[in-house]
Amino acid sequence: MSQLNDTAIGAKVDAAVTASEKVGLLRVLGPAHVWALGVGIVLVGEYMGWNFAVGKGGAYAALIACWFAGLLYTCVAMIDSEVTSTVAAAGGQYTQAKHIIGPLMAFNVGLYLVFAYTMLEAANAITVGFLIDTVAAMTGHEGLDQRPFIILAIMFLAWLNYRGVLATLTFSLVITAVAFSAILVLFVATSPVFGDSPWRHADLVTDLPYGWLGVLAAMHFGLWFYLGIEGTTQAAEEVRSPARALPFGTLAGIMTLLIAATLTWYVCVGLMPWEYLGQSGVPLFDAARLSGSMGLMVLLGIGTMFATLASANGCINDASRAWFAMGRDHYLPAWFGAVHPVYRTPYRSIIFLVPIALIFALGAPLDQVITFSILSGLLTYTFMPLNIILFRRKWPLDTIKRGYVHPFHPLPALALLCLCAVAFFAIFLGYGSQLVAMLSFYIVVSLWFHFRRYRYVHRAAQFTMPWPKPRGY
Amino acid sequence: MDIWNFAEYAAWAVSGILAIIIVLDWIRIDTTYSSEVLTSSREGEIEAMTEEHRL
Repeated sequence: MSQLNDTAIGAKVDAAVTASEKVGLLRVLGPAHVWALGVGIVLVGEYMGWNFAVGKGGAYAALIACWFAGLLYTCVAMIDSEVTSTVAAAGGQYTQAKHIIGPLMAFNVGLYLVFAYTMLEAANAITVGFLIDTVAAMTGHEGLDQRPFIILAIMFLAWLNYRGVLATLTFSLVITAVAFSAILVLFVATSPVFGDSPWRHADLVTDLPYGWLGVLAAMHFGLWFYLGIEGTTQAAEEVRSPARALPFGTLAGIMTLLIAATLTWYVCVGLMPWEYLGQSGVPLFDAARLSGSMGLMVLLGIGTMFATLASANGCINDASRAWFAMGRDHYLPAWFGAVHPVYRTPYRSIIFLVPIALIFALGAPLDQVITFSILSGLLTYTFMPLNIILFRRKWPLDTIKRGYVHPFHPLPALALLCLCAVAFFAIFLGYGSQLVAMLSFYIVVSLWFHFRRYRYVHRAAQFTMPWPKPRGY
Repeated sequence: MDIWNFAEYAAWAVSGILAIIIVLDWIRIDTTYSSEVLTSSREGEIEAMTEEHRL
């Protein structure tokens, strides 16, 4: 239905486009789509990955990491909601950086976003292959070739994104709602509400096995509960009411994730010993299996697959918007700044990123791909405190009307900065060489941008937002 | 040959078809519209036609 809407809308608009000879992205999304974009990217982290925090420091370490990371991402959501409610343009944090800090920061943030989302998309596609292989093995088929399913996941979602944003994010909305509901159903069905409960918290939850160092190490994987909620800002140019829909969708999204993360932790640690949970590939599905209910097993199996697809879908959407926005500003070749005149999507950016995702999905190990994604995301979060402090300083509250004003400024910014420092240290403990390699990569491309690329940027044309001059200029 | 072998072939085939659909449409659009039209989007511009849309 939504697909039909997209096509019909595109066809209607096509005539008008030809007459006016201008095409832009289509403003058709509402707050529910923004929620689906943010939660859809993240929810796969509840289904898999977060539980490695349990392996690093035990059940309580994972809970502490879950709530500290929750605090970090609440700061991210609040800061993003305020800034992006005034920047109604594709590119999200890239566009914010361009207006508030400067071109070099913007170029870096744009690359962080594209890499974070493209790597996460590749990781999700690898997971789709793994899940289908698991189902095949459960039915007695060994040695399934995962490659066609990995490629199909990427091609199908790329095609969906190519055809229109309304269909894409309505699809995300439906499958994300199913995946989130599956967690709620698992929690209620295994609770003592319906008689005997399989939960054994008193027996299974132990003290911190590796002490407070384990808690610190668990922070790395605590991020998985929420990684990607900042992606809601990429919808800024396609929502009908940016000032309302973006803060509403983003803040509803982080609240949903805080609930989902806490429920996930509680159910899983009550059903599995921490030594097993810390190594599980699909902890929620394993929890459903331990409940002994075939219905829950099927539901959580579907939830796992839907969460993975929703995440990959949102990642394609967000990476292509960031790449498109950089192309439109000539930070990259302007060729990427094209919009499809019928479907009204950044079609060249979507197509360009498909082979990159395929290369990583088919040729790189999952943990390396995910680490690259997390590190790129963390660099984006580190930029945000500086961004909001400068935004408030250059454009105080009485100069630009915001759709949302976050409270207690600058406390969230300072808290975010401190939590980012802790998360960087935690990642350094486990993936120090990757961290150094990635920082070196961004330094090299920054030099390239400064000395070679920036000459092609139309310096005046990139600032087209109707903002007043910043204070002090 | 069991259902999973067929599923593998089907996945290859559907992936190929989707790739062909995307590439053909890409070529059609790039040869039908001028580069100026395709890259005419500007940040911060709220096009009248999209604002007039009613779903």
